Amino acid sequence: MDLAAEVINIQKDYLLGTVLVRALRGVTVQFPKGDFVAIMGSSGSGKSTLLNLLGALDRPTRGQYIIGGKDVSGMTDDDLSAIRNELIGFIFQSYNLIPQYTVLENIEVPLHYRTGYPKIGQKERKWIETLAEMVGLSDRMDHRPFQLSGGQQQRVAIARALVNNPEIILADEPTGNLDSATEHEIMEMLLRLNREGRTIIMVTHEPGVAKLAKRQIYMKDGVVAGEGVFPG
Amino acid sequence: MANLLRTIQLALKSLMLHKLRSGLTMLGIVFGVFSVIAMLAIGEGASQQAQQQVLKLGATNIIVRSVKPPRENASQQNQNQFVLRYGLKRADYDLLSRTIPTVLEAVPIRELSKACRYLHREMNCRVVGCTPEYVDMNHLSLAQGRFISDKDRRDKTNVAVLAAGTADQLFQYADPLGQSVKIADKRYTIVGVTRSREASAAIGGSMSGQEYNNDIYIPLETMRVRMGDLDIDRRQGSFSAEEVELNQITLKISETDQVMPTADVIRESLKQNHKTDSDYSVVVPQELLKQAAQIRVIFNVVLGSIAAISLVVGGIGIMNIMLATVTERTREIGIRRALGAKQQDITMQFLTETIVLSGSGGLIGVGLGLLTPYAFAGMKWVAEEFFFKGQAASEFGTMFANMYPQVVPTSLPLAFGISVGIGVIFGLYPARSAARLDPIEALRHE
Repeated sequence: MDLAAEVINIQKDYLLGTVLVRALRGVTVQFPKGDFVAIMGSSGSGKSTLLNLLGALDRPTRGQYIIGGKDVSGMTDDDLSAIRNELIGFIFQSYNLIPQYTVLENIEVPLHYRTGYPKIGQKERKWIETLAEMVGLSDRMDHRPFQLSGGQQQRVAIARALVNNPEIILADEPTGNLDSATEHEIMEMLLRLNREGRTIIMVTHEPGVAKLAKRQIYMKDGVVAGEGVFPG
Repeated sequence: MANLLRTIQLALKSLMLHKLRSGLTMLGIVFGVFSVIAMLAIGEGASQQAQQQVLKLGATNIIVRSVKPPRENASQQNQNQFVLRYGLKRADYDLLSRTIPTVLEAVPIRELSKACRYLHREMNCRVVGCTPEYVDMNHLSLAQGRFISDKDRRDKTNVAVLAAGTADQLFQYADPLGQSVKIADKRYTIVGVTRSREASAAIGGSMSGQEYNNDIYIPLETMRVRMGDLDIDRRQGSFSAEEVELNQITLKISETDQVMPTADVIRESLKQNHKTDSDYSVVVPQELLKQAAQIRVIFNVVLGSIAAISLVVGGIGIMNIMLATVTERTREIGIRRALGAKQQDITMQFLTETIVLSGSGGLIGVGLGLLTPYAFAGMKWVAEEFFFKGQAASEFGTMFANMYPQVVPTSLPLAFGISVGIGVIFGLYPARSAARLDPIEALRHE
């Protein structure tokens, strides 16, 4: 089986003041290429910590995280930045677009941080426009985030996540701020991407949303408690 | 390069988001740069003014003047004499003009203050006994007629040339040429009138500022024959008599770099004829120029530092705003980090913003600085028009009135460079603290 990413017995400890918090206590999960996983769990279960580690925003205390065939656990800050830029596409609950930028400029941002800072040429611009069309914003390319609805903003974020052709797409509660109609729309888009062969890892606590994924992982107290929409 | 351009574009975009804030922050730098340029311009103007006054004395000239010795010395030397004998002698003139090869010309003069009259008008004039070379040596020019000639000297004729001011006062609307003026009971025929000339610099002690406007010029030889060396001044209850052969010898030196060595030779030579060196002094305009240059450096440093303080204040203002900006844009920093920006990318982004801010402030400041002379002229006009209207120039302050600020060309890139440097120095800390933010924390920031 061809793996997009894999965590092996990953652990993460925090110092909260003087108290040591063991947020993750040995999680092992494999993410095959083309997978669509929903990670569920109540708050404090460690699912956010796992997502941060999967997003290479943080390093595990122990254990290994392998993405695109590379072990990320011991990398420097700059290398982690490169991994985030090239191998991971982020979709956040609150969209996280840059307010002063237009739709096209927002989609373009990850291109500025590519290794070696290659020039953004005609080819890249074309690609950005293709992405904007793909998420259905071809008529709003020069709008700024405050001129867009929540669903439209999230679609910009999806286009942005795709711009560097990442290995995995990490979605953190992608429909958390949206009404059910828009939620449906966004999930359709994610499902379509998955059908096209993209690996998606999604954190959510809505069973309805989680059900749409290929499989579900339920977390509790820093370990994987089970698989399936409804645990145990 | 393209990358740098993009970063600058990006910075401009972020700055334009808060136009008022960016503008106000920039003002600090604008005024800092402006005051650096203005201060240096005013300093330059003042020193040029001093320099020009010294230059009027002639850069290749050396001036030897008689000095009335201090009282104590005089009373010891001339205890039983009524007549005070001091100063340069004709022998000095012969010595200096004949023995020193670098001296091109030597112009001796004798000056006396005498009452001069034409018809019923009388005024006190500085009567100057001189030679034909006097005109060129003192940068005088003639408005009418001719100056004293060598023939006048030989024949000891009674001719006089009036300075513009003297001619105005004595003759008013009449044409002075061919008329005669009465000086110390003798009549002199007027052969010429000079154009008016600005007064030369006062050089403290040995040489007060010379005003050329109350002068009457007569041949030196004529003066010796008609008036003699003895000048007796009788007033109510007092009597003083002085015997002076020459008041001043102006020497023209062949080359500029020969002036200083020749001055030393002159000082040595004069010792032969004088027991003390307290009855004459050697003034070298070039030395004064050197002093003026030193003063100018001090002036510039002091004024420049005062202005630099305002630049630093501007820098602190920028730093303050940038720190606030970083806090305000923590989330943006988090987003960029998540999308793959390295710490150094974030540092560069905020540093560029600061430099663009301070640099454009610097450019505006340079633009304002270029207007300094006009602004100063405007200020002068306002002061003259509204505060000192109708008052004499001396009350208004001649220093201020005669000052023309000159923008020092090197101060422009200098001030601009400092403004950019301030951007770097005061931008580095906010930029670094932005880059060091934890991406996870930054993303969570509301």
